[in-house]
Amino acid sequence: MGTFIPNTPQEQQEMLESIGLSSFEDLYTGIPSELIIDELGIEAGKSQLEVEKILDTIADKNTKFTSIFRGAGAYNHYIPPMARKVPQKESFLTSYTPYQSEVSQGVLQNIFEFQTMMANLMGMDISNASMYDGASALAEAAGMCYDKKRKKTLIASSAHPRYKSVLKTYAHAFGAEVEEIPALENGQVDQDALKAALEDEKVASFIVQQPNYFGVIEDARALGELMADHKAKYIMSVNPLMMSVLASPGECQADIAVGEGQVLGIPLSFGGPYLGFLTCKQNMLRHMPGRVVGQTKDMDNKRSFVLTLQTREQHIRREKATSNICTNQALCALTASVYLASMGPEGLKEAAEQSLAHAAYLKSELLKIEGFEEVHDAPHGYEFVLNGPIDAHELETKLADKGILSGLPLEGKQMLWCATEMNSKEDIDELVTQVQEIMEGR
Amino acid sequence: MAYPNNLKYTKSHEWLLEEDGVFALGLTDYAQDQMGDIVFVELPEVDDEVEAGSAFAETESVKAVSEIFSPVDGKVVEVNEELEDEPSMLNSDPHNTWIVKFEGELSEELMNAEEYQKFIEEQD
Amino acid sequence: MELLFEKSVAGRRTHYLPELDVPEAKALSAQYLREEKLDLPELSEIDVDRHYSELERRTYGVNNGVYMLGSCTMKYNPQLNEITSGLPGFTQAHPLAPEAHVQGSLEVFAKLESLLCDITGMDEMTFQPAAGAHGELTGLMMIKAYHESRGETQRTKILIPNAAHGTNPASMAMVGYELLPIPVDEDGFIKVDELRKITDDTVAGLMLTNPNTEGQFEKNISEVSKIVHEAGGLNYYDGANLNAIMGIVQPGKMGFDVIHLNLHKTFSTPHGGGGPGACGVGVKDILKDFLPTPHVVERNGSFEWNTPEKSIGNIVAFHGNFLNLVRAMSYVLMLGRDGIKRSAQNAVLNANYLRYHLKDTYTMSHDEICMHEFVMSLKQLKAETGVSALDIAKGLLDYGVHPPTMYFPLTIPEALMVEPTETESRQTLDTIIKAFKELHDLSCSDPEKLHNAPYTTVVRRPDEVEAARNPILKYEKSNAVEE
Repeated sequence: MGTFIPNTPQEQQEMLESIGLSSFEDLYTGIPSELIIDELGIEAGKSQLEVEKILDTIADKNTKFTSIFRGAGAYNHYIPPMARKVPQKESFLTSYTPYQSEVSQGVLQNIFEFQTMMANLMGMDISNASMYDGASALAEAAGMCYDKKRKKTLIASSAHPRYKSVLKTYAHAFGAEVEEIPALENGQVDQDALKAALEDEKVASFIVQQPNYFGVIEDARALGELMADHKAKYIMSVNPLMMSVLASPGECQADIAVGEGQVLGIPLSFGGPYLGFLTCKQNMLRHMPGRVVGQTKDMDNKRSFVLTLQTREQHIRREKATSNICTNQALCALTASVYLASMGPEGLKEAAEQSLAHAAYLKSELLKIEGFEEVHDAPHGYEFVLNGPIDAHELETKLADKGILSGLPLEGKQMLWCATEMNSKEDIDELVTQVQEIMEGR
Repeated sequence: MAYPNNLKYTKSHEWLLEEDGVFALGLTDYAQDQMGDIVFVELPEVDDEVEAGSAFAETESVKAVSEIFSPVDGKVVEVNEELEDEPSMLNSDPHNTWIVKFEGELSEELMNAEEYQKFIEEQD
Repeated sequence: MELLFEKSVAGRRTHYLPELDVPEAKALSAQYLREEKLDLPELSEIDVDRHYSELERRTYGVNNGVYMLGSCTMKYNPQLNEITSGLPGFTQAHPLAPEAHVQGSLEVFAKLESLLCDITGMDEMTFQPAAGAHGELTGLMMIKAYHESRGETQRTKILIPNAAHGTNPASMAMVGYELLPIPVDEDGFIKVDELRKITDDTVAGLMLTNPNTEGQFEKNISEVSKIVHEAGGLNYYDGANLNAIMGIVQPGKMGFDVIHLNLHKTFSTPHGGGGPGACGVGVKDILKDFLPTPHVVERNGSFEWNTPEKSIGNIVAFHGNFLNLVRAMSYVLMLGRDGIKRSAQNAVLNANYLRYHLKDTYTMSHDEICMHEFVMSLKQLKAETGVSALDIAKGLLDYGVHPPTMYFPLTIPEALMVEPTETESRQTLDTIIKAFKELHDLSCSDPEKLHNAPYTTVVRRPDEVEAARNPILKYEKSNAVEE
């Protein structure tokens, strides 16, 4: 049995005796006896060797696909070696929230660098130390905008359905309203519908996702122009990798930019841990949830970093805090920092552009197959929706049997396809061949 | 630090100075000492209505937030915007640093310097 | 040390990707494109490697030494957890892959649910929340949805003790509830009769840790939970302190209807410098229909996702911090029923060993046996010598140990909250005792020296006041400092 108690039974007994007790039971005399249980029902402990085998066996029950053409909020991107190795460094892995700054300068400096890189990438003034994931970051951003009079959030219907669901869960609990703004046929937000919805004085913010759930690139600059005439805040939920190519939230006059940082070096990991990020304009600083690190000087005038502006937070302001958030995803923020530092501005752009090129190639090849047709005619990122010749779930199953994870089935014959720098021409050609074979086999 | 005789004092450690029907309000030396280094002051806006006994502003130190209460029913006529950049004035010169000025009616009986001195001695 | 941006050299990079093997995508029109220069550091791999090696050297983790932060349960993080959670079958699984192809991942959810429900005496458990505070929010959302489903919308208050962790009231506020403080006596125990008086049909529920924040087991817990139940409220258990009692008593048996567990505390998943955490929220049957979606169920021998009937909805995009579930599951399988109990016993023994051997030197908040942690109050020491809890904590840094939690709970002046956990050896505990005693001596002989501690760290008492007055939250050339 593996436990991680270093003290031997003899030492334990000696320690008990040194404090005037004779048995472990003596430590629990303060607990009413009727509450004490006899024994847990779970199995007896196992050796490390056995547990490793058990988990190996379980992991093997997941299919290891030879290629992945699915995104929908979780993307298979290249991860440079440093971004795989650094988060495994023991002290980063096993340290706590950096309350004692003298022995946490490594974690603190990294968060400061993360804040800087995210703010720069987003073209925003400030960033916090990170959030749980993209969806909860979006819900928290909406929460930043509520006040006594404004408790309604508008969100583009083209945003990720799970993100919309999380927003609604949070808003319902808080007693706020959510209204969806429809999309035009080309896949972009209907600006007239947005204008009409903004007439309501209760509107606190409008959220758009860039690129949207269907891969369509929104006209975020135009939306920013429109929002600039209104008091409601403009929130963009963006793919950070694409910000090396697309107009940044700052350039689009956004007040808050949030998103999912998984594309910055974090493995698919069946959905988590991922990395929410939240950046905003300076004037929203005191409404910002989560941890934030600031630069200062120590007793010897040396540059140092500390957790700062903590009075916004739950451990001081309690029920009046900006949020209940207590942790950040520091280790995932570290991964993203290492990813950005390794790739650099050129490498980041290269990964985005290769993804765009592979997606364009994938689309053009699929469209050559009879029965595939485009759904939206606005420009897209490295995802896009196609109508297929057969039911999307059937196509998914048949491709999965061949070791390929297809696009994500939407309604009926529609599928949300994705390609990244990881999907080589060879992989795409193989997929197309398999799809053709499936079609011919019917 | 001595408590000036021209000021009146509240039990929640604010001082008040009435001039021509306008009340200037600040924090006492005792209050600033309890709070420690003040790093931020959240001020109300001019024309905001204030209700006696309710909090209308906040000061923040590194690890605490303190509310500032109004002994006056009325409205804000002026705020000390210098505090946005220099909150430390509340620490260094509390009795000469006003935070807001009100118009309105005083709703509670205030202490004079001697009474306040006695009051804070009982607090410790 | 320099920042990444200060090490940057224009044009420097390492290539990772092959040449593009397909035609470039059609250029987007200008309205969509970024104009602003992308200001990120330009470095080669060796620069990056050395940068993070240096940052690691400036970081103290459990691997470096004892980390006695009270209420944080900084136990050893077994290496096997890192091996199992790094298995490619898990790390390469897409969260929206078809269920038939992620049976392994789904099994982890189901298996961990069954293990932790047994340990806590609950009926079902979700692992969607990303951290403890997120679990609190989830639990309170379920409580609110439960009352709404019964038409009891007048229930708007949550009973919470003043000594509670700040996340409790903050989470409560996020679901629009109001705080009703639980009356406690001077030892931190609930005044049952007064609780009964204030608990009526406006109470939605009660939130409590047990053992409580001062490291004492709330003896009247059965009575307390009954009072709330009889008034129609629900009981929420904050699992922050479960490490003391796992395998000994169960929150389910104490009358709690919904609980959250911090897998990063009790179940050994690493804290990562502040996250990612991981959380399980366990419920009794009356709340199972309200669990967040999706939730794993087993049907006909295979696992699938399910949306509970009255689910509060999604709380994260996918399914929580999955890889941490793998870590927690490895840990629980290794410990098993005996190991879980022995870990709790040794956590309590280690805390009491420290408390006992320090109680003649420092004032303890309680004189009796504690659970897995204890609180000392340095109020008297400060009055006599001017040395504060902060000074002692900074002094401990020079002994190469991580200090206790400072100034928490807020209800105890000059508090230091000590939690050694079961994974520290007697020899380590003796080192701590010696350090604490020497610091006490120093407080009396040379308090000034302690006001200026630490002396051996890379920086010394960074100025937090300056950081808060003039926030510098990102690197700009203008705020760079000469070193």
